[in-house]
Amino acid sequence: MSKARDSFLRTGFVHAALIAYTLVSLFPVFLTIINSFKDRNAIFRAPLTIPTPQTFSLIGYETVLGQGDFATYFQNSFIVTIVSIALVLLFGAMAAFALSEYRFRGNTVMGLYLAIGIMIPIRLGTVAILQGMVAANLVNTLTALILVYTAQGLPLAIFILSEFMRTVSDDLKNAGRIDGLSEYSIFFRLVLPLVRPAMATVAVFTMIPIWNDLWFPLILAPAEATKTVTLGSQIFIGQFVTNWNAVLAALSLAILPVLVLYVIFSRQLIRGITAGAVK
Amino acid sequence: MSDALSVQEGQPTARRPKRWHILVFLLPAFLVYSAVMILPLIETLRLSLFNTVDGQSTFVGLANFQTLFGEERWAHDFWNALKNNVIFFIIHMCVQNPIGVALAAMLSIPKLRFVTFYRTAIFLPTLLSFVIVGFIWKLILSPIWGVAPGMLDLVGLKSLFAPWLGKPGSALITVSLISVWQYVGIPMMLIYAALLNIPDEVIEAAECDGVTGWSQFWKIKLPLILPAIGIISILTFVGNFNAFDLVYTVQGALAGPDGSTDILGTLLYRTFFGFQLQLGDRSMGATIATVMFLIILAGVSLYLFVIQRRMRRYQF
Repeated sequence: MSKARDSFLRTGFVHAALIAYTLVSLFPVFLTIINSFKDRNAIFRAPLTIPTPQTFSLIGYETVLGQGDFATYFQNSFIVTIVSIALVLLFGAMAAFALSEYRFRGNTVMGLYLAIGIMIPIRLGTVAILQGMVAANLVNTLTALILVYTAQGLPLAIFILSEFMRTVSDDLKNAGRIDGLSEYSIFFRLVLPLVRPAMATVAVFTMIPIWNDLWFPLILAPAEATKTVTLGSQIFIGQFVTNWNAVLAALSLAILPVLVLYVIFSRQLIRGITAGAVK
Repeated sequence: MSDALSVQEGQPTARRPKRWHILVFLLPAFLVYSAVMILPLIETLRLSLFNTVDGQSTFVGLANFQTLFGEERWAHDFWNALKNNVIFFIIHMCVQNPIGVALAAMLSIPKLRFVTFYRTAIFLPTLLSFVIVGFIWKLILSPIWGVAPGMLDLVGLKSLFAPWLGKPGSALITVSLISVWQYVGIPMMLIYAALLNIPDEVIEAAECDGVTGWSQFWKIKLPLILPAIGIISILTFVGNFNAFDLVYTVQGALAGPDGSTDILGTLLYRTFFGFQLQLGDRSMGATIATVMFLIILAGVSLYLFVIQRRMRRYQF
C-alpha cells in the first residue's frame, strides 16, 4: 500500500521536474513568438500575455518584409543547404560504399584519413580557405559555401553510411553480379535504396549545422546577394536593435523553418541520435 | 593512388583487372575533402611559421608564437581568451552534463508517460541557430524589457536582478549558461540512449540483490554509461574550444564588456579579419588557429589514447 503511494509520489516528482525543464527550454521561444504579434506598447507593458485583439499587430513583420531582403536570404540558405546535403549524400555514400565493399590496399588508411574531419573542426583552416577562395575567385558566391559545407559534412556521413552499408547482405550484391550488373548499378540500384533510412539520418545531421552557421557566411559570403538567413537576420537585428517589433518578428521568421522541419523530422532525428551515435 | 587500389591483398595483379570503379567511388569525396578541408588546414599550420617582412612572406620559425605568448599586447589578449575558454568549458562540464544525465535518468524511467513530448521539447533549443538563441536571451535579460526582473519579482527575488550580460564579472558565466541552455539536449539524448541500452537482466539482477533507487543508479547504471559521458565530454571540449557564434551574437566581435567574454574563436576572428581600427593579420590569425588546433588535438588524443582505453567497456 505505502509502496504504491511512494511510487506515485516519485512519478509525480519526476513529472514536475520534467515539466519545469520543458518550460525552461520552450519559454524563450514562446515568448519571442507571442510578442512578435503585439504592438510596441503591449510588448513592454505585458510581455507575458498572449496577443489580444486590442494588442494584436503585424507592424514588426511589415518592417522586416519591407526593409530586409529576407526572401533572398531564405533562397540563399535553401540553395546552399539543399545542394550541400545532396553532394554530401552522393559523394559520402559513394566513398562509404568503396570503403565498406572492397578490400584494397590503403582501405584502412583512407578510412582514417576521411575520419579526421569528425573531430577536427574545418573552421581552423579558415585562413587558408579564404585565401584559396580568393585565388579561385569564389568569394561572395554560394559555391564557396557549398564547397566548404560539403567538405564539412563528408567525414561524419562516410562514417555513418559505411557502418550501415556493412549490414547490406553480400548474397544480394553477389546475385546482382551474377546477373551481370556493373558495380555502379549494384551501388545505385541495390545498395542505395536499402540504406535510405541512414541517408535520412545523415541528411538531418548535416542540415542543422549548415543552416545555422554564421562563421563561413560572415567570412566567405557577406555580400548582400549571398547572405544566408542566419547572417541576414544577425545583421538586420543588429541594425534594428531599438525597433523591438522588427527584431522579434525577424527572430520569429528565423525560427519558423527550423520549427517546421523539426516537427516533420524529429522522429527521424531522435532515432538517429539514439541508435547510431553511441556505438 | 590508382596503383594502390588496383591490387587486392594476396592476389597476383595479373589475374585481376584494374578496378577503376573503386577510384571513381572514392575520388569525388576525396577531392572535395582534401581540397577544402585538409589542405587548407595544413596550409594554415604552415602559415603560422611565416610572417610578412619588408612586404615579403618570410619563414620566421616560431617567432609568431613567441609574439603571441610573450609580447605584452598579444599575450594579454591570448591568455585572457584562453582562460575564458577554459572557464567556458568547465561551466559546460559542471552544469550541462549533470543536467543532461539527470534529465536522461528521469526520461528512462520505465512506463513514464509523455516521454516523447518532453524529449522533443527539451531538444528543440539545440536546433536553433546561435543568432536566434543569442538575441532571444539578450532581450530576455535586458533591463529595458523587464521580463527577467518581472519574473524574479514573481518569486520575490527581484533584488537579485542585475544586467548580467553587461557586467564583466558575470558576463562570461551568463553567456556560458545560455550555451548550456541551448546544448543540454545533446548529452540528454546520448545518455538516454545509453541508459536504454542497459539490458533488463542487469537491472533485474541488481533488484534481486536489493540494489534499487539511488544506489542502483550510482552503482549499476552510472558505471555503465561512463563511455557515453566520455563521448559527450570530448564533443563538448571540441565544440567549446572552437566556439564563436554565440559570443559574437550576444557580445559582438569585441567580446565585451572589456574582453571579459573573449574566447579563442572571437580572438581568431578579430585577429585574422580585423575589427574597427585593428587591421587583419593573416600570419597571427594562422598562429592562433594553430594553437587552437593543437589544443583540440591534445584533447582528442588524450581521449582516444588514454581515457577511452582505460574505460572498461561492458559487452552484453
